[in-house]
Amino acid sequence: MTSEIGGYNFAYLDEQTKRMIRRALLKAVAIPGHQVPFGSREMPLPYGWGTGGIQVTAAVLGADDVLKVIDQGADDTTNAVSIRRFFARTAGVATTTRTAEATVIQTRHRIPEQPLREDQILVYQVPMPEPMAKLEPSRAETRRMHGLSDYGLMHVKLYEDIARFGQISISYDYPVMVNGRYLMSPSPIPAFDNPKMHQMAALQLFGAGREKRIYAIPPYTDVRSLDFEDHPFRAIRAPHPCGLCGAEDSYLDEVVTDNAGGRLFVCSDTDHCAERRACGHVGDDGVAEAAE
Amino acid sequence: MNEPRLLEANGLTLHFGAIPALVDVDAQLWPGEVLAIVGESGSGKTTLLNVLAGRIRPDSGVVQYRAPDGEMLDVHAMPAPALRGLHRSDWGFVQQNPRENLRMGVSAGGNVGERLMARGERHYGDIRAEALRWLAEVEIDADRIDDLPRVFSGGMLQRLQIARTLVTHPRLVFMDEPTGGLDVSVQARLLDLIRSLVARLGIAVVLVTHDIAVARLLAARIMVMQRGRVVETGLTDQVLDDPQHPYTQLLVSSVLAA
Ligand SMILES: Nc1ncnc2c1ncn2[C@@H]1O[C@H](COP(=O)(O)OP(=O)(O)O)[C@@H](O)[C@H]1O
Ligand SMILES: [Mg+2]
Repeated sequence: MTSEIGGYNFAYLDEQTKRMIRRALLKAVAIPGHQVPFGSREMPLPYGWGTGGIQVTAAVLGADDVLKVIDQGADDTTNAVSIRRFFARTAGVATTTRTAEATVIQTRHRIPEQPLREDQILVYQVPMPEPMAKLEPSRAETRRMHGLSDYGLMHVKLYEDIARFGQISISYDYPVMVNGRYLMSPSPIPAFDNPKMHQMAALQLFGAGREKRIYAIPPYTDVRSLDFEDHPFRAIRAPHPCGLCGAEDSYLDEVVTDNAGGRLFVCSDTDHCAERRACGHVGDDGVAEAAE
Repeated sequence: MNEPRLLEANGLTLHFGAIPALVDVDAQLWPGEVLAIVGESGSGKTTLLNVLAGRIRPDSGVVQYRAPDGEMLDVHAMPAPALRGLHRSDWGFVQQNPRENLRMGVSAGGNVGERLMARGERHYGDIRAEALRWLAEVEIDADRIDDLPRVFSGGMLQRLQIARTLVTHPRLVFMDEPTGGLDVSVQARLLDLIRSLVARLGIAVVLVTHDIAVARLLAARIMVMQRGRVVETGLTDQVLDDPQHPYTQLLVSSVLAA
C-alpha cells in the first residue's frame, strides 16, 4: 500500500495547493459566513463524495492530528470509511471514531452530539454553498445580495412556507445568519443541529468542491437560524428516546427492524450512542437486544 | 414652484454607440407631482427613466434626489448599497411587463410582502395583514393571497406589481408604460386605480408613456421628447391644448386622427 502512494505529498495535495487553500481559509475566517472562491483540485473521488471537505481537511491536517470522519452521523458508512482510509494512507495520521479524541472531524449531514472544544476543527462537506441558489439562479445577483446584505428573498421563502404549510418546513440545510452579516448554508445538516453552530468553541470550516467555494465560522461566533418573531425557529427531533441508549436529546434515525414493519429510533450519532451505552445507559430496545 | 424639488436632473447626455439616446436633458419633479414623459417609440423615454432612477449611468449630467431629511443625494455618485436602499423602500419602479418585476413562483402575498421583509420586518402576521390590505387596495380578492401570479390575468398582474411597489409607501415611483399591452377596458380600470392611489398617498411619479391620453389623465406636467431631446415641457393641459413645438403638434394631431 505505501508504495502505491509513495509518489504523493503529505495528505495527497501538493504544498502549493494547500497554501492556496489555507489562504482562502484565512480569508473565510476573517469574514465569517462569506463564500470565498478557491481553485478546487481534482481529487481521486467523485464530486458528491466530499471533495471540498477533503481538500479543506488536507490543508489543515498536521502529522499529529487525530481524524474522525462521519457521514449521516456514522463512522462506518462507505463514504466515511473511504475518506478516513484515504488520509490514513496519504498522511499517515491517526484516526478515531470517538468525538472526544479527534482534533479534526470531517462531516457530512451531522454535527456530533457531544459539544466540541477549542482544540478541535469541524470540516463540513458542502454540496451547494449558496443558500439562495434555488430562489435566485443568477450567481451575479446572489453575490450582489450578499454584498448588500439584501436577504428579503430568503425571508420570502420562509413566508411562503408558513402561508402554505402553517410552519417553516425546512428540515435540512436551514439557512443561518452568521455574525449578523452573512446568510449562510449550514450544508445539509438537520435543522436540529443548527443551534450547535451558535457560539461553538471549535473552528468550523466548509468546503464545496464542485462549486469551488470555502467558508468558515470562527470559534464563538453568533449563528442564528432565520425565522419570524411570531414563528420562531425550533429544533425538531422525533419525539422518542433512543431505543439503544435511551437518550432523549439526541437526533434520531428511524431504522426498519423487520419485514413486519417494526421500527426503531436510534441515535444518528453512533459514537455518542456507543459512549452512552458504555456508561451504562440502556434504551428499551437495547435491553431486548442484549437479552437475545 | 419655489417648494424644494424632490428630483432634479441637469444636462443628462447618453449615447449608445452613435445613437444619442439623451441630449442635454434637464428635468424637475416636485413632491406628490405626476410628471409624464411622452414621445414616440425610440425617443429616449425609457432611457431617461432609467437614468433618473440610477439604473443607467449617463455619459454626463447629474441627477439629485432630496432624501426625507432634506439632504440632496447625487444618485449616480452614491454608494451602491445606499442606492439599493432607496430602491427598496423610498422609491418604486413599475415595469411595463409585470413579469419582470414580480416573482412568478412566489404567491401574491409573498410578492407584496417582499419589500417589507427586505426592509427588515420580521413579524409574519403583520406582513400578511399588510399584504391583505394592499391586495384590497388594488382590488384583488383576499382569497387570492396564496395563489401564484402565473394564474393571474394581465390586468391583475399589473395591479399586483403596483401593490408590491407601493407597500413600503414610497415617496417616488418610476413607471414605464404601466398600461401598455393591456386591453382598453382593462387599461381604463388600471388608470383609475393608479390615479386614485397616487393622489391619496401623495406619491410623486415619473410616468413614461407613448399614449398622450394616459399622460392627460394622470399627469399635471409633461415633457415631450424627440430623438433624445426635450422639445417641449409644461403643464399637461397647456402643452396638449396649445402645443408650440411642431413635433408636439404632430403627436397631438396623430392622437386626434386615431
Ligand atoms: N441598451 C441599449 N443599447 C443600445 N441602444 C439602446 C439601448 N437602449 C436604448 N437604445 C436606443 O436608444 C434610443 C432610445 O431608446 P428608449 O429609451 O428605449 O426609447 P423609448 O423608451 O422612448 O422607446 C433608441 O434608439 C434605442 O434603440
Ligand atoms: Mg420605452
